[in-house]
Amino acid sequence: MATSTVSKPPRVRTGKQGSTIFLKTLMAVTGVIFVLYVIAHMYGNLYKLFDGHAAFNEYSEHLRTIGEPMLPRHGLLTIIEVVLGISVVLHVYSAVVLWKRAKAARPQRYAVKKSIARSFSSRWMRWGGAFLLLFVIWHLLEFTNPKINVGDGGNGAAIKHDPYMLVVHSFNVWWLTLIYVLAMIALGMHLRHGIWSAAQTLGFTSTVRARTIANIVAVVVALVVAVGFVIPPLAIAFGGIK
Amino acid sequence: MNLTLKIWRQSGPDAQGELVTYPVNDVSEDMSFLEMLDVLNEDLTAKDEEPVAFDSDCREGICGMCSLMINGEAHGPEVTTTCQLHMRSFSDGETITIEPWRAQAFPLVKDLIVDRSAFDRIIQAGGYISVKTGAAVEANNLQVQKHKADRAFDTATCIGCGACVAACPNASGMLFLGAKITHLGELPQGQAERDSRVVKMINQHDAEDFGGCQNLGECSAACPKEIPLNVISQLNRDFIKAKS
Amino acid sequence: MPELIDNLYSLGDQIEDTRAPDVPIAEMWTKAKFDNKLVNPTNRRKLSVIIVGTGLAGGAAAATLGEAGYHVKSFCYQDSPRRAHSVAAQGGINAAKNYNDDGDSIYRLFYDTVKGGDYRSRESNSYRLAEVSANIIDQCVAQGVPFARDYGGLLDNRSFGGVQVARTFYARGQTGQQLLIGAYQAMERQVAEGTVEQFTRHEMLEVIIVDGKARGIIARDMVTGEIETHLADVVVLASGGYGNVFYLSTNAMGCNVTATWRAHRKGAYFANPCYTQIHPTCIPVAGDYQSKLTLMSESLRNDGRIWVPKSRDDVEKDPRDIPEEDRDYYLERKYPAFGNLVPRDIGSRQAKVVCDEGRGVGPKVGDFRRGVYLDFASAIERMGEEAVKAKYGNLFDMYQQITGENPYEVPMRIYPAVHYTMGGLWVDYNLETTVPGLFAAGEANFSDHGANRLGASSLMQCLSDGYFVLPNTIRDYLASGPFEPVAEDAPEVLEARKTVEDRIEKLLSINGDRTVDSFHKELGNIVWEYCGMERNDAGLRKGIDLVRSLREEFWRNVKVPGSATTLNQSLEKAGRVADFFELAELMFIDALHRTESCGCHFRSESQTEDGEALRDDDKFAYVAAWEFTGGDEGTFEPPVLHKEDLVYNFIQLKQRSYK
Repeated sequence: MATSTVSKPPRVRTGKQGSTIFLKTLMAVTGVIFVLYVIAHMYGNLYKLFDGHAAFNEYSEHLRTIGEPMLPRHGLLTIIEVVLGISVVLHVYSAVVLWKRAKAARPQRYAVKKSIARSFSSRWMRWGGAFLLLFVIWHLLEFTNPKINVGDGGNGAAIKHDPYMLVVHSFNVWWLTLIYVLAMIALGMHLRHGIWSAAQTLGFTSTVRARTIANIVAVVVALVVAVGFVIPPLAIAFGGIK
Repeated sequence: MNLTLKIWRQSGPDAQGELVTYPVNDVSEDMSFLEMLDVLNEDLTAKDEEPVAFDSDCREGICGMCSLMINGEAHGPEVTTTCQLHMRSFSDGETITIEPWRAQAFPLVKDLIVDRSAFDRIIQAGGYISVKTGAAVEANNLQVQKHKADRAFDTATCIGCGACVAACPNASGMLFLGAKITHLGELPQGQAERDSRVVKMINQHDAEDFGGCQNLGECSAACPKEIPLNVISQLNRDFIKAKS
Repeated sequence: MPELIDNLYSLGDQIEDTRAPDVPIAEMWTKAKFDNKLVNPTNRRKLSVIIVGTGLAGGAAAATLGEAGYHVKSFCYQDSPRRAHSVAAQGGINAAKNYNDDGDSIYRLFYDTVKGGDYRSRESNSYRLAEVSANIIDQCVAQGVPFARDYGGLLDNRSFGGVQVARTFYARGQTGQQLLIGAYQAMERQVAEGTVEQFTRHEMLEVIIVDGKARGIIARDMVTGEIETHLADVVVLASGGYGNVFYLSTNAMGCNVTATWRAHRKGAYFANPCYTQIHPTCIPVAGDYQSKLTLMSESLRNDGRIWVPKSRDDVEKDPRDIPEEDRDYYLERKYPAFGNLVPRDIGSRQAKVVCDEGRGVGPKVGDFRRGVYLDFASAIERMGEEAVKAKYGNLFDMYQQITGENPYEVPMRIYPAVHYTMGGLWVDYNLETTVPGLFAAGEANFSDHGANRLGASSLMQCLSDGYFVLPNTIRDYLASGPFEPVAEDAPEVLEARKTVEDRIEKLLSINGDRTVDSFHKELGNIVWEYCGMERNDAGLRKGIDLVRSLREEFWRNVKVPGSATTLNQSLEKAGRVADFFELAELMFIDALHRTESCGCHFRSESQTEDGEALRDDDKFAYVAAWEFTGGDEGTFEPPVLHKEDLVYNFIQLKQRSYK
């Protein structure tokens, strides 16, 4: 029993599963799933979009038939969608809980506070993450299950089942491309800190060397993914792909 | 040199606090920061005002008693403790804002003094190696690889000042925790309790209302003993692997 | 009324330690441990122990007694036990492990300690210290203290001032910190177990004595100002030394004599108060605003060479421009056998001698330059800068931080500073004071170091007392308990409370013109000037007068702002300084009566032809234990001197020589 005149007795809020490190681990693991997914996604975009209308649609169709006949049509995609869906929920849940705890941990803010070590990217993890969440929702409605068909020129129904045309028409709308580019910058920044942070949270960086490597990997992946994703829309917007 | 100080004054835990401005003149650059505050306090006492309460004890950078957020940096602009910070790090005419450590886990006592007993309770939760006095084996029966001994030492240098918590935007105590976990975890003597230690200490950390770690690195940059950020990774790894 | 000597003190009865068993010295501690009575484990939780101070002695004792099952209440004025000033010890801890097979043994450590203490320590205690030393290392390693190791993974040693074997275990320059964290963690473990109750930011202000036995303390909660009564079966004072009587010292700002002085006022004898150690390697004073002096580990003397210019004309030159033949490596010249590794008292005094000759370096403070060079140029040449950095890097950084000079390029400047006080409460072999049930451990007792302490011995003594001695001697006392319960409103308790409350009220009500610090600084100057590295009759008498008149002014003219019911640092300081005033007078009286030179106590009237300290074993081979006879703030009744003769059965008294 420690005697202290000021502090209140601590309140119990944890257990191994409620601890901040558990939540961080959850964020890190789900984050890694997203990283793998976006890399695959980016590969598809780059590899096939430049090959033209037929190739892209063929690729798109192929995604729906992978694993057949072992899996039903659209089977693998459904599995991926479910995994990603659960991951989003857990990732966001952890983020919200940790955010709340962090706010409660410093109820009174400093009048003057300098940041001397944190990266620029790390400042935008929370708001950037929220922006990305909105973007993903919109992105799904735009492309995966087209409900909003910006730039379809009124012939929505016609191109709904023509992914290539859907993409090309969409990115001929300048502000849509702009939103997309901004989102990819946000994604790059989120990955820059997120990948490093996940490596640290999962305990891969307990030496100075490992820490340096994790930081380099984070920067490289973030750059590659962000650049990789903005190339197709910019190509479309500036007439490289028609 | 002449300076303007803006110091947080608060008469007690529940009182309303505010930043109060004090000019100080003829400060020597060879003074330590706390000696500069001593001079201010002598002046305040002479003027029948109550001196500024702040913590300090050893004044040689090792006891961890001194604190202070100086111009938004824990322990001020140098990598050292406030008591070892000297006025040559500031320039004539500067305005210096001095605030206490701010964290829910470190309730304010008075002016610039906070209560850091949460750290004691984290140690109580498991920050030790259980050994009965007098029952230890001959010291040289235990060999410790040099690199492990060195890492244990590097992390054992933590002075428990709380700068890591003060500097962390989330007021997280993970660097403090990680340092202790790494210190004891690198040594063969520390293995028996390794799993239970990390779980118990983290639970106490969370229960004390410290925030979570975002791996931002502010803690390590503020640490006067330069405890590296990789101890947090070690902490996480030990926690994930812990079987209890 | 006994006859007054010098109008200052009177002579009382002889005292002696009757606790050490009458067997050969190597068997004493074993015999004592067996003879000391036991307490049944189930009875232990009914017995309570108050421990004041959480440094190496107090922390280790709290951990061990808690582990044994006693109910321990631990007090410290800091915000955490881990901040006790043991944390600042840098160099290392001695132990007679003989890992290097260089001829070390328990007996040699014992011998070195007694010789280093200039034959003014008690043989039985010093021997036990050496005997227990090896267990300390085992204990600390088991706790996870990261001592330095070699590439084979085994413990490394270095040598230290005053000895010719390498028996010092170290953890870079932070040995005290690492040992303290070990003790602190062991203690916190007991806090979690519920056997130790921890009271931080609490200051002991009075001891409660009932029926002649120590039964508790009055403490002030420094946050709320509340005056609290804490009762127990036994009280241990492990509250450190009184070096802050000098104002400038290497002690922490809060180190004070209050706990031991209050016990002294209640009947505990105070032994050898004039034995204060001046450490040779500190960073020199830079200005009058200075609040403390910073020590740099003595281990620097292993590789650094100490010198001043041969000529007074060179003192302002850049040291790098002074050629080898114009430098005076005065320690190597005067003490070829030990060179720069002479004991602390000699190193300090020789620095004063060369500075008094006008050959000191650095800025002028008063009429003299007070500094000598500690030069690593040859070490850097021999070992390489990297190796020097690995060994001493943190000390060099600290030096640069404080002085703004780079010690890799310019030689460091050092000067002696008050560091440790060998004097303290008189204790017997069981560490019990003259008040039954009141024990003193660590620097707070007068202990094992005689008139001078060797480097790396204080950590050893504190941990020996805390881990091994006290737990084995307190049980003998407690075996006759539990004692009659004391009521919270017993007259003795109320009286002690009233003393504390009256004093606080008095301090707050004076409302004079001078701050507490200004009094403390002036007192420190007086003690340093007249009772510092070198003392003489006239100076000591003058010092007594100055202390008395300043104390009179203090109680008339001190200004303590704020109230008693909140955190009030001025009030805390005022109480401590008030006690330093009383202690200072006793130090002067003790120094005046001891007309010999011994250890750190150098009387200029008593020196050999070549200026070395000259002991007078016929007249002064005794411990001077002083009894308090009364007096309040303004007056101080003449104390009574009780002599404990020092009998050397195992070691032959010799004039120390380090030449």
